[in-house]
Amino acid sequence: MKALEIKNLKKTYKNNVVALKGIDLSVNKGDFFALLGPNGAGKSTTIGIISSLVVKNEGSLKICGIDVDEDFNSAKLKLGVVNQEFNFSQFEKVFDIIVTQAGFYGVPYKVAKERAEKYLKKLGLWDKKDEIARMLSGGQKRRVMIIKALIHEPELLILDEPTAGVDIELRRILWEFLEDINKNGTTIILTTHYLEEAESLCKNIAIIDNGEIIENTSMNKLLSKLEDQFYVIETSNNIDQSFKLENFYCKWEDKNKFTVKIPDGKTLNDLFVEEEISKIKITNIKNQTNRLEELFVRLTSKND
Amino acid sequence: MIKLIALLTLSNYQIRRIFRIWIQTIVPPAITTALYFLIFGQLIGRRIGEMPGYEGLSYIEFMVPGLIMLSVITNAYGNVASGFYGAKFQKALEEIIISPMPNWAVLLGFISGGIVRGFLVGVVVIFVSIFFVEITVDNILLTIFSVFLTSLLFSVLGLINGIFAKNFDDISIVPTFILTPLIYLGGIFYSIEILSSEWQFISKLNPILYIVNFFRFAMLGSSEIDPMQGFILIVFFTLLFFIIAYSLLLKGVGTKE
Repeated sequence: MKALEIKNLKKTYKNNVVALKGIDLSVNKGDFFALLGPNGAGKSTTIGIISSLVVKNEGSLKICGIDVDEDFNSAKLKLGVVNQEFNFSQFEKVFDIIVTQAGFYGVPYKVAKERAEKYLKKLGLWDKKDEIARMLSGGQKRRVMIIKALIHEPELLILDEPTAGVDIELRRILWEFLEDINKNGTTIILTTHYLEEAESLCKNIAIIDNGEIIENTSMNKLLSKLEDQFYVIETSNNIDQSFKLENFYCKWEDKNKFTVKIPDGKTLNDLFVEEEISKIKITNIKNQTNRLEELFVRLTSKND
Repeated sequence: MIKLIALLTLSNYQIRRIFRIWIQTIVPPAITTALYFLIFGQLIGRRIGEMPGYEGLSYIEFMVPGLIMLSVITNAYGNVASGFYGAKFQKALEEIIISPMPNWAVLLGFISGGIVRGFLVGVVVIFVSIFFVEITVDNILLTIFSVFLTSLLFSVLGLINGIFAKNFDDISIVPTFILTPLIYLGGIFYSIEILSSEWQFISKLNPILYIVNFFRFAMLGSSEIDPMQGFILIVFFTLLFFIIAYSLLLKGVGTKE
């Protein structure tokens, strides 16, 4: 059974903005799925429709096998959503916000209290349980959002930019936490502008642009489309701007650093047989990050 | 069971809100009512004497039911309008819409806050009035029932206002420009029998007049308007606006895009 099945989903807003032009999307149970796209591509509209905040014009939607047109309320029990914007009362205590949210899903108070304690402790917020929400930092509020979405223990969790505005340390903690709940069986759909995040967490990916799915495949397959690899090489001896390699394109960065392109069909071994390379002292080699970013820019700009 | 827990959670959340902001919800009616009793009851009321149709009652005794209704109506309405729009403004309403809570539970959850606040301020006003006048209630059950029905009607109206509101001004326009004038001209401070026949006719077009008189009948045992008319009017409008509010929620007006 699929965790999410979308067919021919269309949405045009009242101001005639066409947000979705008939997308198809399916996410397997247990998947860690990335839904990427530039701003205004249709990600939030898609999530809005799944979570019932936006009304679709056409198409079908199944959450964990339940058709939302037949029984949206049962489908909602399977779904947890972490929206982009904080959507809780800023004047309530953290613990009350979470337990109240559980109540909206029919979770009995006693169970809700136990779960709230479990998740607050897991995400390092237990000492903030009696704080008024507006006193929390952005990162703390973000964690409250995640706990809120998990409190009824959904089978499908959708996170709309969960790490926006979160510092690096907390981002790592959240990544670990999300990987952990995914391993325990929760299907996760993630939208993010940090493509490094999608690359390291997600198994499958869909890219949406101008209201259309322009790519829907596994992360590995998508990344394999990158014909060229770029490496940043650092040296202990100085190199000047005229530094060149015979068979490889390279770009001088500074006196101790240059970038080299390894085209499709060549390997790092080929690089090290270059004569010029033997004259420099290499201290570090890094694969240039943001591979997904490069692909993303290429795919979405093609669609402009 | 899930639906019941969800409804109780939302009701509890709305009632908790009343007590969390008690300075805004419970104290103001106590102060304004005390001032009304002091100025219109004690100071001016002695010179006014009895109202026609209410012989044997002092002016302050005549005024008590009206002031209770004034507080009940404005507080029930304001509680739900601000509670709903406040949740919309803070996006906290999203967590309710996203949840599997049925629309009838959303409707009942929000209006339960208005009903509780209506009762609370009703009790507060009665408590304040004890300091100024000896209170006797003709029919306690009918009085309670009347407060319940009135709170229910104006809670539903407040919800409709909250649904359509796009900013905080929108939840003060109706209470300021429509509700307050209708309440003040709805026989709280005077019997319409003191008015000319033309103004009596105009006054009888004001639905609040019937609501106030229904309550006055329940509390004092006498009314210048047939109380049955008031009862039918409240029940009719409550059902009508209840259906309207439910269908607005069902269609997602003001809550979904």
